Amino acid sequence: MAPNQGARQTSDAGVLLSAEDLSRVISRIAHEIVEKTSGFDSVVLMGIHKRGYPLAKRIADRINQIDNQKVSVGALDITLHRDDLRMRPPRPLEQTDLPVAGIDGSLVVLVDDVLYSGRTIRAGLDALSELGRPAAVQLAVLIDRGHRELPIRADYVGKNVPTSTGQSVKVRLIETDGVDEVVLSVAGKA
Amino acid sequence: MKHLLSTHDLSKENALNILDTARMLSDVSDRTIRKLPTLRGRTVVNLFYEDSTRTRISFEAAAKRLSADVINFSAKGSSVSKGESLKDTALTLKAMGADAIVMRHHASGAAHILANSGWIDATVVNAGDGLHEHPTQALLDAYTIRHHLRANEGDLSGVRVAIVGDILHSRVARSNIWLLNTLGAHVTVVAPPTLLPVAVNSLPVEVSYDLDSVLGKVDAVMMLRIQHERMHDAYFPSIREYASRYGLDKGRVQLLPQGSIVMHPGPMNRGIEISAEVADGENSVIVEQVSNGVNVRMAVLYLLLGGAIEGEEKQ
Repeated sequence: MAPNQGARQTSDAGVLLSAEDLSRVISRIAHEIVEKTSGFDSVVLMGIHKRGYPLAKRIADRINQIDNQKVSVGALDITLHRDDLRMRPPRPLEQTDLPVAGIDGSLVVLVDDVLYSGRTIRAGLDALSELGRPAAVQLAVLIDRGHRELPIRADYVGKNVPTSTGQSVKVRLIETDGVDEVVLSVAGKA
Repeated sequence: MKHLLSTHDLSKENALNILDTARMLSDVSDRTIRKLPTLRGRTVVNLFYEDSTRTRISFEAAAKRLSADVINFSAKGSSVSKGESLKDTALTLKAMGADAIVMRHHASGAAHILANSGWIDATVVNAGDGLHEHPTQALLDAYTIRHHLRANEGDLSGVRVAIVGDILHSRVARSNIWLLNTLGAHVTVVAPPTLLPVAVNSLPVEVSYDLDSVLGKVDAVMMLRIQHERMHDAYFPSIREYASRYGLDKGRVQLLPQGSIVMHPGPMNRGIEISAEVADGENSVIVEQVSNGVNVRMAVLYLLLGGAIEGEEKQ
């Protein structure tokens, strides 16, 4: 794609999801998870740092309202499993937290904000395999922006957004950024 | 950070970063599968010119948990005993593709020479050089203190630490003094005058010759080993006199404030600087220091080798 063509596309840049949209999308994902996981005794939402974790907590809160079903939440730091560690200075590590009962035999739903190349999820699957042996693993993402580099797809998608590689999708959450919104912008500019 | 040579030149920011990273990595040591792929393809050489059990094993365990390849090189039984120089050994290791060299050497400053000589481009970690420094020991001690007295958060300001024993010959003491000072702790060194360095007044410490008067006012007490191999002069009249004046026994431990911890870098001379009851007693965190050592060394290796190494950065 010619660079100027990519630049012209970003003139449409703007808000993809407002705060209300975000809460509706979280609600819908929660309902879908309830529907698709009815056969499992134990469901764990593992949020990938940094924004997947607050998302997982919100989805879990919503599920526990809908169904009285007890889903538990964990946090997953995938830094040590990344395949691009050698391209940048060492990154700070985050806390990995498991539910008290662990994840053995549970259905684990990985939760992340944006699905792009799929490499983060690949690292997440590796990290998970060191923590236990789930009965099955599914994937929930807020935004799927395409451009996969690995054979990975999401089971639950908040919104599909066709993007160019020159654009960037910013998910902002109250817990991490003080505001709820998802915006599309030219990479490098917020 | 390219090398870890001393705590004297370690910034507070870097020191806290190492401690925070070690805390995150401590979870890995509690798991059933204690393995991470992070340093796959990196080679770590343990180059030991002096005897060591726990430091070498600890570095080896740390490197292996991060999936690095480990080569252990001890001077005994190697070409060094045939007279090979440090430079030639270094060039050999370079040719074998070492990414990091963890070195213990009997000469103070050996790690600096290796890092700054231009002989190698590998990362150098000082695992003890002569009477100079032993930075990872100080980092694991700081980690242990922070874990017990500050719930793993922030720096060590307000913490009072006594370092007791052979300060003169102790690289552990020197590294601890600098690091604890950087982190804001107050350090008192306690020793007979013969076992204090001449320039002790230039160190950021308070000096005392009387252990009993210090114990009531400290949150952590660090007992140092009497190093028989370095006791060539008459530093004190007899071992028994040293033990009675500067040894930590059951009676003295009672003087410590509630919640204080007793530390020792090992190996211990039970019955000399520390009695067996105290070493195994409830204030003792000596065994914990060893397991914290692995986490701290994993953090150091991750921060030095886990990201892009110079010349490797690409987009």
